[in-house]
Amino acid sequence: MIEQEVRAPAPDTARSSGLTRGLLIGLGVFVALILLRLITGESDITSSGTMGATLALAVPIGMAALGGLWSERSGVVNIGLEGMMTFGTWGAAFGAYFSGSPWLGLLGGVVAGALGGLLHAIATVTFGVDHIVSGVAITILAPGVTRYLSDLLFTDEQGGGATQSPPLPNFPTWSVPGVGKPLGSLEKHHWILVSDLAGLVRGVLTGLSPVTLIAILLVPASFYLLWRTAFGLRLRSCGENPFAAESLGVKVYRMKYAAVVISGALAGLGGVFLAMVASSNYQEGQVNGRGYIGLAAMIFGNWRPGMVAGGAGLFGYADALQLRGGAGAVHAMLLLIGIGLLALAIWRGYKGRVVAAAISAVVGVGVLVWFFLTDALPREIVTYSPHITTLLVLAFAAQRLRMPAADGLRYRRGGGH
Amino acid sequence: MIYRVLAKSYTRTIVAALVALVFSLIITSIVLSVSGFNPPSTFQAMFEFGKDPDSIVNTVNRAATYYLSALAVAIGFRMNLFNIGVDGQYRLAAMLAAAAGGAWALPAVLHQVVIILVAVVVGGLWAAIAAFLKVTRGVSEVISTIMLNFIASGLIAFLLNPQRLAVKVAGSNNIGTEPISSSGRMPGISYPGSELKIYSFVLVAMLAGIAFWYMINRTRFGFDLRATGLSQSAAVASGVDAKRMVVVAMVMSGAVAGMVGMPQLLGGSYSYSLDFPTGIGFTGIGIALLGRNSPVGIAFASLLWAFLDQSSQILDFNDIPKEIVAITQAAVLLSVVIVYEVVTRVGQRIDQRHVAAQLGEVPA
Repeated sequence: MIEQEVRAPAPDTARSSGLTRGLLIGLGVFVALILLRLITGESDITSSGTMGATLALAVPIGMAALGGLWSERSGVVNIGLEGMMTFGTWGAAFGAYFSGSPWLGLLGGVVAGALGGLLHAIATVTFGVDHIVSGVAITILAPGVTRYLSDLLFTDEQGGGATQSPPLPNFPTWSVPGVGKPLGSLEKHHWILVSDLAGLVRGVLTGLSPVTLIAILLVPASFYLLWRTAFGLRLRSCGENPFAAESLGVKVYRMKYAAVVISGALAGLGGVFLAMVASSNYQEGQVNGRGYIGLAAMIFGNWRPGMVAGGAGLFGYADALQLRGGAGAVHAMLLLIGIGLLALAIWRGYKGRVVAAAISAVVGVGVLVWFFLTDALPREIVTYSPHITTLLVLAFAAQRLRMPAADGLRYRRGGGH
Repeated sequence: MIYRVLAKSYTRTIVAALVALVFSLIITSIVLSVSGFNPPSTFQAMFEFGKDPDSIVNTVNRAATYYLSALAVAIGFRMNLFNIGVDGQYRLAAMLAAAAGGAWALPAVLHQVVIILVAVVVGGLWAAIAAFLKVTRGVSEVISTIMLNFIASGLIAFLLNPQRLAVKVAGSNNIGTEPISSSGRMPGISYPGSELKIYSFVLVAMLAGIAFWYMINRTRFGFDLRATGLSQSAAVASGVDAKRMVVVAMVMSGAVAGMVGMPQLLGGSYSYSLDFPTGIGFTGIGIALLGRNSPVGIAFASLLWAFLDQSSQILDFNDIPKEIVAITQAAVLLSVVIVYEVVTRVGQRIDQRHVAAQLGEVPA
């Protein structure tokens, strides 16, 4: 991450135009998806089921990404998010099962994740251990600890075992009143745009869990805290130039500790979602790389909350599509990717970057040929489409990104001379 | 006195490892006590079982696998290149090498060599994807190698199918590649008192360790590698091609990773089936960190790790969850990186004071 191109920060006035641009991009993508649905007849591309699943799958990725953002804004790379999410899944099960209340499960998961964050902060901030080394160590630690604790606490319980918890109490779900039925009937008509929009709105507004709502609210809350308060300014200054911050009287260690613990708590919340909303109990290996995908979403989102949420949405969609639509719907995506690559090739050619244009064109044509010669993709590989998407997105998007200037660097108090 | 002890970097490493080991034993004891078990009798049961001849053979075999995995990780770590993808690299390599070895009938020696070559090439190529993305597109190798691990799982699931490279394993629901015929197998080495054999690939692992030591300490490439790891800007300024270093180190790391499955494949299972060991790539990261990326340190670390894994097998008979060992391992790992950091810092302070005293200055 350290070697990504570093550019001067965009001026603050660019934000409102950035929001408009983000909305326009979103709209463009949605229209492209509708066209794709029409051409290929794969109704799952915009169905409310897929949209609902997108939101559900984007939440844990988004929480990991937001956690990464908090931590890296303070200058600490957090590759241990995966482990902290694992702690979160287990903590949720522990809290919820032994108290019988889903809310204490929420608390348990967040606290467990925060403890993982605290460990990372102790290692990296106090002892100056390499951030990636500590993060990897925590990710190795987490499954061992949770397996041991499960073996000790869950094996004697009904339905529990060394690798899973007993069934957990559910959160009440909530739908925006008066939305579900009318939109559902609209969606069934398969009218262009109207039905697709109905699918999107219905999928996003019905059957919401409180964890989802909290997660969504945490995105603007993070933006406000980090960019509109003195605390946020100080925290971010530690990620840009800790020695300058120190000279201005900012307690850099304290800021970094706060950021990394919050980061762990957010990852823990993602874990709560996985154990209690996306599933009905804690299962070993439930996190399944989502912590890392979250980091990719954070990079893709250029270390900014809105964009990070968008990145999480993208990966959530890739996951939802393979779960709901299966091999056929993902196969249809090939058409979109192929056309997108050809468009990119034309754009690059127009900009005079001949080699890059040629590469995009060749890959694009290859993808299109693949699309037209096959009917479906192999199921075994489609399962991993979120991971393939992550790799492709990073390969094609990781260019004009600006990470915090002192991200991942070792900081010692008074060492800046 | 303390100055003399801490002056040499390898003594610092040993001190750090010992302190970390003691610390993690304390942590383990606390966890055991809190869970209502007796720590000394637990340790004794593990030790008794661990020194059984059968256990020793299993420990050595397991350690060889861990050693190769940790070496693969260490090549990258030496230049601050994080190959988290050893896991995917070795599984894909072992699977394709097993399929090739099962499909081709070749005379002995050549057969083994071809299988190992296929594994090395596949491992190197799979790692090359991450290297390519890093040097051309600036994609962090940490994320890309992790994603490639998952994608490798998908590819293996796709290929390990009776319609493609797999056959049903006789007498079970398992499927695997066609078993390698006897010309491609490596005979084991007997160990007194045990029916089990030590894999002869253990010797290859040792050779790999010596080669690693030679490359790091006695070649221009190794010097460049270490220089890049210590300070990339200084290395580039002195004429090191950073991109080339990334590609070469990554491919090399992947090639060694390709060998990780070989002790098991050529010495034990002769086929890649659904129950082929997974997760060794991640264990390798822990062992490389524990062994401070040095070939000797890694050897001790992998023996320790394998011993803990093997001796913990007895714990289930005593109704103690054997995952307590995972806690010991993780505690050792986390404490060794912290203790090493502290020891280095103390050592530096002593160095400074020593130099200041010799120069006749009063230390600040």
